[in-house]
Amino acid sequence: MISEGVVDLSRWQFAATSLYHFLFVPLTLGLSFLLAIMESTYVMTGREIYKDMTQFWGKLFGINFALGVTTGLTMEFEFGMNWSYFSHYVGDVFGAPLAIEGLMAFFLESTFVGLFFFGWDKLGKGQHLLVTWLVALGTNLSALWILVANGWMQNPVGADFNYETMRMEITDFASLLFNPAAQVKFVHTVAAGYTTASAFVLGISAYYMLKGRDSAFAQRSFTIAAGFGLAATLSVIVLGDESGYTDGEVQKVKLAAIEAEWHTEAPPAAFTVIGIPDQDTMETRYALKIPWVLGLIGTRSVDEPITGLTEILEKNRLRVRNGMKAYALLQDLRQGKKDAATLAEFNRYKADLGYGLLLKRYTEAVVDATDEQIELAAQYSLPRVVPLFWTFRIMVACGFVMLAVFVFAFIASSIRRCRQNWLLKLSLYTIPLPWIACETGWFVAEFGRQPWTIAEVLPTFLSASSLTELDLYLSLASYIGIYTLFLIIEMFLMLKFIKAGPSSLHKGRYHFEIAEGAAL
Amino acid sequence: MMFDYETLRFIWWLLLGALLIGFAVTGGFDLGVAMLLPALGKNDSERRVIINSIGATWEGNQVWFITGGGALFAAWPIAYSVAFSGFYFALLLTLVGLFMRPLGFDYRSKLPSLNWRQNWDRALFVGGFIPALIFGVAFGNLLLGVPFHLDNDMRIFYEGSFFGLLRPFALLAGLLSVAMLVMHGAVYLQLKTEGEINQRSKTAVSLFAALTLVIFALAGVWVANSDGYQISSAIVHDAPSNPLIKTVQKAPGLWLANYGEYPLLWLLPVMGFVMGAATLLLSKIDRPGLAFISSSLTLSAIILTAGASMFPFLIPSSIAVNHSLTVWDAGSSLHTLKIMLGVTVVFLPIVLTYTAWVFRVLRGKITLEHIHANDHSLY
Repeated sequence: MISEGVVDLSRWQFAATSLYHFLFVPLTLGLSFLLAIMESTYVMTGREIYKDMTQFWGKLFGINFALGVTTGLTMEFEFGMNWSYFSHYVGDVFGAPLAIEGLMAFFLESTFVGLFFFGWDKLGKGQHLLVTWLVALGTNLSALWILVANGWMQNPVGADFNYETMRMEITDFASLLFNPAAQVKFVHTVAAGYTTASAFVLGISAYYMLKGRDSAFAQRSFTIAAGFGLAATLSVIVLGDESGYTDGEVQKVKLAAIEAEWHTEAPPAAFTVIGIPDQDTMETRYALKIPWVLGLIGTRSVDEPITGLTEILEKNRLRVRNGMKAYALLQDLRQGKKDAATLAEFNRYKADLGYGLLLKRYTEAVVDATDEQIELAAQYSLPRVVPLFWTFRIMVACGFVMLAVFVFAFIASSIRRCRQNWLLKLSLYTIPLPWIACETGWFVAEFGRQPWTIAEVLPTFLSASSLTELDLYLSLASYIGIYTLFLIIEMFLMLKFIKAGPSSLHKGRYHFEIAEGAAL
Repeated sequence: MMFDYETLRFIWWLLLGALLIGFAVTGGFDLGVAMLLPALGKNDSERRVIINSIGATWEGNQVWFITGGGALFAAWPIAYSVAFSGFYFALLLTLVGLFMRPLGFDYRSKLPSLNWRQNWDRALFVGGFIPALIFGVAFGNLLLGVPFHLDNDMRIFYEGSFFGLLRPFALLAGLLSVAMLVMHGAVYLQLKTEGEINQRSKTAVSLFAALTLVIFALAGVWVANSDGYQISSAIVHDAPSNPLIKTVQKAPGLWLANYGEYPLLWLLPVMGFVMGAATLLLSKIDRPGLAFISSSLTLSAIILTAGASMFPFLIPSSIAVNHSLTVWDAGSSLHTLKIMLGVTVVFLPIVLTYTAWVFRVLRGKITLEHIHANDHSLY
């Protein structure tokens, strides 16, 4: 058994490295698309200002992309370095989408991003435009494959446990690909990326207009960001709803935890807007509820219930007992007792093997677990509600605020009235919101999957590498130290270039290059 | 697909080697160029020439490494697990080195301060040297055997330390890796630059090609006289992957067993020496394009020599020899290998095609004039 200290530190480290990575990914996803749109406008209209926009926002894209790559390298290493049992146990399934991500997406984006920056003078207009679209395609394909992998962690379809190799193995690749959890995650996440980039461009363009600089440039950027951002925010919210619905089908415990749905209510269940959930007493104090809303959006019906945590817990008690049986039979099989009866019995209880593994937290042998230990394991099978409850609501609140901002921005730019101070200031202050939403969203996704690395198959506490706490302190300190230093450098450069604006292109036609205050 | 499990396992061993060679031949010269940066670039403009010679393509080249890691995870998951968790600090150090690169390339010339630029130049050097050294050290350790064992649930226990990796042969392998990648980077620079930088790169090619050949020879002699591994139980080539049920013996000279059984394999190290010498000569007579081809073949031959020597071992265990991970018992399931092969067969040619196109678009020398003319848009 790996020490709890090592497991906890490994979790903290994975959380830290992935949250850092996700500071840069959404902007990459969305901005690559926005660049392609801006450059398409240039090629279609021939107006040089759109080329300048592509190149200026492209500079900012590059500054951000560098850290996306840096922090992304860590992720690929970290599965093997810190989660070696996980990597063995599910590598047959999980490794495939990661390798495909490399072949299909990373090669595409990384090869063409160089030409994006360096190929302006060597390629025709159409060729360079194609390059930019390929970069955008590459980043989005990357999101697809990593989310196929993560989706499988949440809903492990298309795979089966093989007792001879002691691991999960693919039985149906199509199931993996068309996993509803993966699909909804993919579209929701890329929409979040598009929203992030739009808010970024919108806010910075607003800043230029507030300063009365580079207005033509800023107004066009603002307009493109407003339109793209409105579509993106609408998508991300609708797809967020879809994610909830999918959870209701394939990951019920996560939905119940997010909504602090302690008991199965008579359908359609009420939505708890706010309150103080308490997992020990299994109730939410001072709850402000809206009747029917959760049932309607979570099941899209009036008569289907949302399963509550108490009911899930009851089921899980049985599953832990089944899991004990499965584990005992597995030991038989591993020791050579491979007759047809044993095999049939094992296959009968195999689906609950993961629940049996939860008992390893209390007794290594599993089969000698006491009733008390079984109860502890069942309780442990539920995620912690309080953090999920709040992070989810923060994410949703951010989403709706951004929607309002993009609605205003879109209307204003459609009637060419975006230079209103209240709107510009609002746009500027909205910039941090998508980042808050993205990070809280990922917290909900991953913390809501606990105590599993692979839902109902492999517990987190068994997934870690057999390292020492010292190993973890050293690596955690290294990552946090270097990443923080890099983040400071990156923000310094980013702010410097944002302040300079398109003058940093040295084309001779922007604010710091021509007489102060001269109109463009 | 008509391939059986045995054939698929062998194909995937070859593919892993191909990805590794792909990285050495592409990402390898990026690492080499970075290591040559301080010596071959004597002022800011010269350094910008060197950096921009690889600036547009280094990121694509690095993906060979990333995909190699991904392929290892997908096709040989337990090998990925043992290597990455066992070599924990070596990999952490490698990562720290690799971290320097994206920022180094993109941020270095964005500010005019010489201090800023020189610090990033140092970072770029480190970003080339550390990974190059550690890749070699890691491979040297594979040939020596790695102190890990497995339990019945296939949980991995690694009994070594970071400093335990720095054994003499492993360090020699690390030096070989550095030497051959610097040689390769120098050839690339000879191809892409002119004037003084070009002259300096020629000197570097001579020096490092010679070093590569010498170290390669030393390593070969060493391997021939030290312990190798061989499976001693009957091998079932298409059984489900279970590394716990075989027996392995460890004895002097066993790493040459494959060469004994298939003497044609000797062509691999021979090609290493011949192509290494060819690189030296072709560089001297100012044919850098051909020298790049021979240099690439040198790297390929060196890697294949080691691979052919170790086959079918992926990661031998020095403390629990029977738990060694081999091609026949550490691979993913038949289904996974088939799917992955299908994807690879479609996408690898596509990748090679557009990569070639990009290099073609960017062909030609990087000159000082070009840097000065594009001061604000180049790296």
